[in-house]
Amino acid sequence: MNASIGKPRPLFDFHGGIHPPQNKELSNQRPIRQAPLPEQLILPLNMHLGAPAKAIVQVGDRVLKGEKIAEAQGAVSLPVHAPTSGKIIAIGPRPIQHPSGLDAPCIVLEPDGKDLWCELHPLPDWQTCCPPSALVARLREAGIAGMGGAGFPAAIKLSPKPEHKIDQLIINAVECEPYITADDVLMRERAEQIIGGIEILRHILKPKEAIVGIEDNKPEAIEAMRRAATGTGIEIAVVPTKYPSGGEKQLIYMLTGKEVPSGGIPAQIGVVCHNTGTTLAIYRAIVHGEPLVSRITTLTGKALAEAGNFEVLIGTPVSSLLQAASADMNKIGRLVMGGPMMGFTLHSTAIPVVKTSNCILAATAQELPAPATEQPCIRCGSCADVCPADLLPQQLYWYAKNQDLERAQQYNLMDCIECGACAYVCPSHIPLVQYYRFAKGEVRNALQEQQKADRARVRFEARQQRLADEQAEKEARRKARLQGNKPSATPGVDVAALKAASLQASAAYKAAVKALKAAEADGSDQLAALASEVEQLKAKADAAKAAVRDAGNTPSAPVIDVAALKAASLAASAEYKAAVKAMKAAEAAGEDVSALRSAADALKAKADAAKAAVRDAGPATQSAAPSNASATAPEKSDDTAQRAQKMKALKTAFNVSHKQFKEANAALERAERDGSDNLDELRKQVERFKLKSDKAKEALNVLVDQAKADIRASGSDLKSLKIEAAQTEAAARQKARELDAAKINGDDQRINVLTRELEALKREAEVAAGALKAAIDEQGLADA
Amino acid sequence: MTTILLAVAALFALAAVFGALLGFASEKFRVEGDPIVDQIDALLPQTQCGQCGHPGCRPYAEAIASGEEHNRCPPGGETTVVALSELLGREVLPLDAEEGSAGDIKRVAVIREDECIGCTKCIQACPVDAIVGAAKLMHTVIADECTGCDLCVEPCPVDCIDMVEVAPTLNTWHWQRPPGIGRKPDNQIPVVNL
Ligand code: SF4
Ligand code: SF4
Ligand code: SF4
Ligand code: SF4
Repeated sequence: MNASIGKPRPLFDFHGGIHPPQNKELSNQRPIRQAPLPEQLILPLNMHLGAPAKAIVQVGDRVLKGEKIAEAQGAVSLPVHAPTSGKIIAIGPRPIQHPSGLDAPCIVLEPDGKDLWCELHPLPDWQTCCPPSALVARLREAGIAGMGGAGFPAAIKLSPKPEHKIDQLIINAVECEPYITADDVLMRERAEQIIGGIEILRHILKPKEAIVGIEDNKPEAIEAMRRAATGTGIEIAVVPTKYPSGGEKQLIYMLTGKEVPSGGIPAQIGVVCHNTGTTLAIYRAIVHGEPLVSRITTLTGKALAEAGNFEVLIGTPVSSLLQAASADMNKIGRLVMGGPMMGFTLHSTAIPVVKTSNCILAATAQELPAPATEQPCIRCGSCADVCPADLLPQQLYWYAKNQDLERAQQYNLMDCIECGACAYVCPSHIPLVQYYRFAKGEVRNALQEQQKADRARVRFEARQQRLADEQAEKEARRKARLQGNKPSATPGVDVAALKAASLQASAAYKAAVKALKAAEADGSDQLAALASEVEQLKAKADAAKAAVRDAGNTPSAPVIDVAALKAASLAASAEYKAAVKAMKAAEAAGEDVSALRSAADALKAKADAAKAAVRDAGPATQSAAPSNASATAPEKSDDTAQRAQKMKALKTAFNVSHKQFKEANAALERAERDGSDNLDELRKQVERFKLKSDKAKEALNVLVDQAKADIRASGSDLKSLKIEAAQTEAAARQKARELDAAKINGDDQRINVLTRELEALKREAEVAAGALKAAIDEQGLADA
Repeated sequence: MTTILLAVAALFALAAVFGALLGFASEKFRVEGDPIVDQIDALLPQTQCGQCGHPGCRPYAEAIASGEEHNRCPPGGETTVVALSELLGREVLPLDAEEGSAGDIKRVAVIREDECIGCTKCIQACPVDAIVGAAKLMHTVIADECTGCDLCVEPCPVDCIDMVEVAPTLNTWHWQRPPGIGRKPDNQIPVVNL
């Protein structure tokens, strides 16, 4: 079957289009020539659409022709190969093929003139040797980009999604833009290779039909292609000359009647479209194993004496090509890369030819005059008549001019193929395409900014959330700490209760010791019973103390430990003192005191150890306490600390004076008993000490009350309040017992002293109990 | 008389039927609109710079929703004011910003890394977590995430953060608007009447 000779394919005419002068004969009269090897090849890392490649060579490396020098990065990207053998002399920014005039990273290769190929891996038996996917991977590795226009990686077009069933493979050989003849001469000279490439594409895509679209102004190319396609089933379709029938969407519509949806791709309607040059490159990549290192570029324009088509190594600077085509540099009015309709003005002749450069147009000022002055739109509608995309260019112009991007998009700005037909016909010389490109750029930027803003919003909100979480966590931790400092429900109460019990026990023990001592002094006959009682009580007190210590170790707060230690220390020193007293009494009674002395020594050692323990624990809590205080009430901590210091000083003062008073009192008692004669002096001394101690006590009381009020106000530290209450209560009870003992003995003086002391203690106990109750009440409220 | 009554009854019946229909439709096809704050927030540039006097764009969106003027966002510029006016049906107000703080020049923060002492102050200042670093280690800005809000410059104790203009790249560059009527466009697109 031979479709190419059968009846011509029905063609669908697209809307609009123009017929600019062709000027193709300038360049299609001569066969393809080999462009001379330039001094340097400049290889931009992004010659294709998509992510730039990544250089894998170093400056100074020697490379062979066809060696990969830059690797693809990401899915939409392509590698770059050395177009000839030579040395890498630079990697860095160079002017490239971009209308912005911006520099971009390039690899600069200095040819060594040998043009030595690296080892190639041809696949002449591609039909049988490997699956289509392997061929596609090869094409990607060969760096093949669409060579007609945008430079879209060919491999991606060749791996359509499974849901897109490909019906038609269309080869775009229309070449509708004036001046350009690269595909024309390529088809005339290398039709077999092109057909070979199409066969490979058919093998990969398995389409129902393969159609080559050629404009009817290329009779020789049509003839050559028909000949080459004979017997292959590839259809050569001739389309009428009209610009822009080479537009992908326009050509697809003309040949199949199918329209590519707005914003869609041809694969969606079952079509894949490739350029002639690309097909040839595919053929070479598979059958000869050659990567894409050269292409056919048209050098044309009236400023060139020898216009024509050249086989150019990728990376050849335009200047070198102009020389090869004997350009008259003075005559060049404008140097354009691409065609006169869709190309762009080059700002430098150092710019290299890349994979997509199909034409270099060195036009004289007469050929491409400077753009005329823009006039107001007269709404003639010519632009809408010629628009191949069926848009309303005058409306788009209006919105683009006013940057009304939303409306422009409503009028399908993004479907404009930038063909320039509208600008070509506009009687007002409005640079319409530039307006559209500007508006499209703005749309894209706005989209990018929107995306960035969305990201920023997400990040901002995530950060806010994180900060809030951190804050909440901190708060929770602080609360937990506060809770921990307070006696927490069960263990705390237990500790307090245990402590009270322990204190009571030790008080009872002490009272017993005293009673024993008194009995001893009196020479009572119940000594043995009393002694055993003392032993029992001591055991009890020790057990209670141990219990307190154990309980104190379990809760985390160090405060408890310190309190327990303090209590232990106090108890130990009281024991010691009691022992000393007993010893003294025994001495006074003229008994054997050695046993008692050793006991007293042991107790002293214990008391000292306990004190040292308190001292050690002290700094830790002191340093911990202020930090706690500053966390809760930083402005208060100073005051409290000062007061605590004062209180401590007063307490010592009171203790000292009270002790002195007691000692003086005891001396007085003794003297009285002994019937001494310096009684008056002693009495005065007692009075003095009492005064001093009372003063200290009073000052201390004021401070203690203050502190308690503060504690009540802050509602904190129930535990210390409890301990204090228990302590004062125990002390009062001890005093009461002492008093009882004294009453039994009928010592009036002693009874008086003890009664007074008991009263003071009772008051203290009351205050402490009141503070505790108030605190508990308050705490109860706060906790509820 | 009966005719009139009949007519009235018929009208009432119709009114009842259509009323019920409309009521049903409004329930069934109710459009869940974005709350207005979200819509406003979507229009703000999310620079999170605080120049509007709020600690971020979202708080300002809330403030606008509750009646604050909508022209206080310098990074958003006129475009944002116009967009907000359109959304809110309010008058287009001139941008309330000092001279020179216009938002059209995009900037990002850049840390001169060898001068950074690793104090983490800038990390704490950045509203979008665009700075990475750790205590006593060199910090750096993730340029892609930086909104150019300027907030990290001030806290830096050694002044090693610069706000640098973002140069156009091949990806962000686009054609400029032609100079307009009565002028010749730049010599860039060759399209002419051949
Ligand atoms: S061709 Fe030019 S003048 Fe005529 S309507 Fe279009 S833009 Fe306006
Ligand atoms: S440049 Fe765009 S608007 Fe103008 S004719 Fe071509 S497709 Fe239509
Ligand atoms: S001024 Fe800054 S924080 Fe306020 S809305 Fe604008 S970008 Fe957001
Ligand atoms: S890095 Fe600096 S300028 Fe950039 S967003 Fe963060 S704080 Fe703002």
